[in-house]
Amino acid sequence: MTGWLLFALLVWVGGWWLNTRLAARRVTRFTSLIIPVIFGLTLIAVWEGVVRGFEISPVLLPAPSDIATRFASSTSILWEDFVQTVIKGALTGYVMGCGSAFLIAILVDRYDFLRRGLLPVGNFVAALPVIGLAPILVMWFGFDWQSKAAVVVVMVFFPMLVNTVQGLSASSSMQRDLMRTWAAGYWTTLLRLRLPAAMPFIFNGLKIASTLALIGAIVAEFFGSPIRGMGFRISTSVGQLALDLVWAEIVVAAITGSAFYGAIAIIERAVTFWHPSQRR
Amino acid sequence: MKGSVLPVLTVVCGIFVIWYAAAVWLNATWAYDKAARSGVELSTQMLIADAWSQEKPKLPAPHQVAVEIWKTTVEKKITSKRSLIYHSWITLSATLLGFALGTALGIALAVGIIYNRTMDRSVMPWIIASQTIPILAIAPMIIVVLNAAGISGLLPKATISMYLSFFPVVVGMVKGLRSPDQMQLDQMRTWSASGAQTFWRLRLPASMPYLFTSLKIGMAASLVGAIVGELPTGAVAGLGARLLAGSYYGQTIQIWSALLMAAALAAALVGLIGLIQRITLSRMGMA
Repeated sequence: MTGWLLFALLVWVGGWWLNTRLAARRVTRFTSLIIPVIFGLTLIAVWEGVVRGFEISPVLLPAPSDIATRFASSTSILWEDFVQTVIKGALTGYVMGCGSAFLIAILVDRYDFLRRGLLPVGNFVAALPVIGLAPILVMWFGFDWQSKAAVVVVMVFFPMLVNTVQGLSASSSMQRDLMRTWAAGYWTTLLRLRLPAAMPFIFNGLKIASTLALIGAIVAEFFGSPIRGMGFRISTSVGQLALDLVWAEIVVAAITGSAFYGAIAIIERAVTFWHPSQRR
Repeated sequence: MKGSVLPVLTVVCGIFVIWYAAAVWLNATWAYDKAARSGVELSTQMLIADAWSQEKPKLPAPHQVAVEIWKTTVEKKITSKRSLIYHSWITLSATLLGFALGTALGIALAVGIIYNRTMDRSVMPWIIASQTIPILAIAPMIIVVLNAAGISGLLPKATISMYLSFFPVVVGMVKGLRSPDQMQLDQMRTWSASGAQTFWRLRLPASMPYLFTSLKIGMAASLVGAIVGELPTGAVAGLGARLLAGSYYGQTIQIWSALLMAAALAAALVGLIGLIQRITLSRMGMA
């Protein structure tokens, strides 16, 4: 017992000492990658040590090794939930929500009156607890993934709309005048100048929406779902005190969320290579 | 700002028109069913009248929700379990506690990140990564586990609020505390200011605009956390519980009134921070 606690303490001190040494050195790609990794591994090792050292009941907090075994032994359940929640619910809703917000933003942008009216309202709605609409949408669209996609659409719509509308006005009047002197029409100006200039804002909206989409799809399942899905599994497994399965689902959610966000960040880097924030 | 009053009003009116129209459209099926069963031919006028006054409509009309809110706030005693103010207060207290804890944690982490290089390079990436995790998924677990550990009531909900609200504060404060440029820091050096003095007199005041912007985001996130935190406790009390109970019993009007109450709460809280921001910044000569 004390052995595990001692192990946790040693790992913590060792990891921190190593990181202090590394952080004092020059910033390279290698160190800026390895330092957070060491920190993360240290945390996991300390978690393992503390859980085993204090003999914490697995009903309260399972050890990382237990979670890993559970993860490995129930991959089929996890995959089924992943398909139900992420691919059917979150991704469909994300594409529909962001797509419609983008199109409406372009429409709104053509009329200054609409823009000035919708922007404050959109900002206001984006700050509201929209997730509360989940029970209503579950009633309207049934228990299956359609209602989850609907929740996601509602959640991602306004952040995306506000960001796109803001982005479309990001080009300066000087640049727009230049397009006029080249006799460029509305569509040419939109495609060649204003949309590219809006890209940093659009990607900001897409990034915010990516986290919201997963949250929306999972929380909507708390209000009713068929017998699969990550939110469903989490809420029922908590009831059965199978916390290792809950943590395994959370690991899946974490990996999915990070991968989703990372994928958008990579696309952003390729599309907005000209923007100052992307320079190295 | 002045030129946007008319457009905003137009958009809001448009939303109400769409809402009323959608209420007719969504509730029409039920109205026709009812009419067919009692053998009555339904005129358009009767259809609209019925669609806007059903007891359990698919989408209640705005005035029905307004009446429900009026009944559950003004006409009920605050201590009554059916008073929306009582439920709002429960959610509000969890929100505020979580928000206070989250802000304190966020500022403490930001100060640590500014002054400790190791912390900056090892913790900061994880703080950012932690937000790509759909953290609300953990909410039921946090509630149940803390309950099992003997902690119940306000704190579990506040924990979720705290987790959601600390992130914007950390990111905003790190940016804000780093916002004084080299020239200003050198100026402090020439006055032989100590580290503490540089912090209290330069870095902290310079970070205020960033802090308030983050606080607004944190407050909205914190309310969402409190509402979601109320779901797995089995609908005891609070706005989240009203939502859940409403969805169990098909009480759509109750759901919508709880939802609008939450929206009003969010607007009021964010507006309050905005007001404090305006006063503070103008007294500091920054706005």
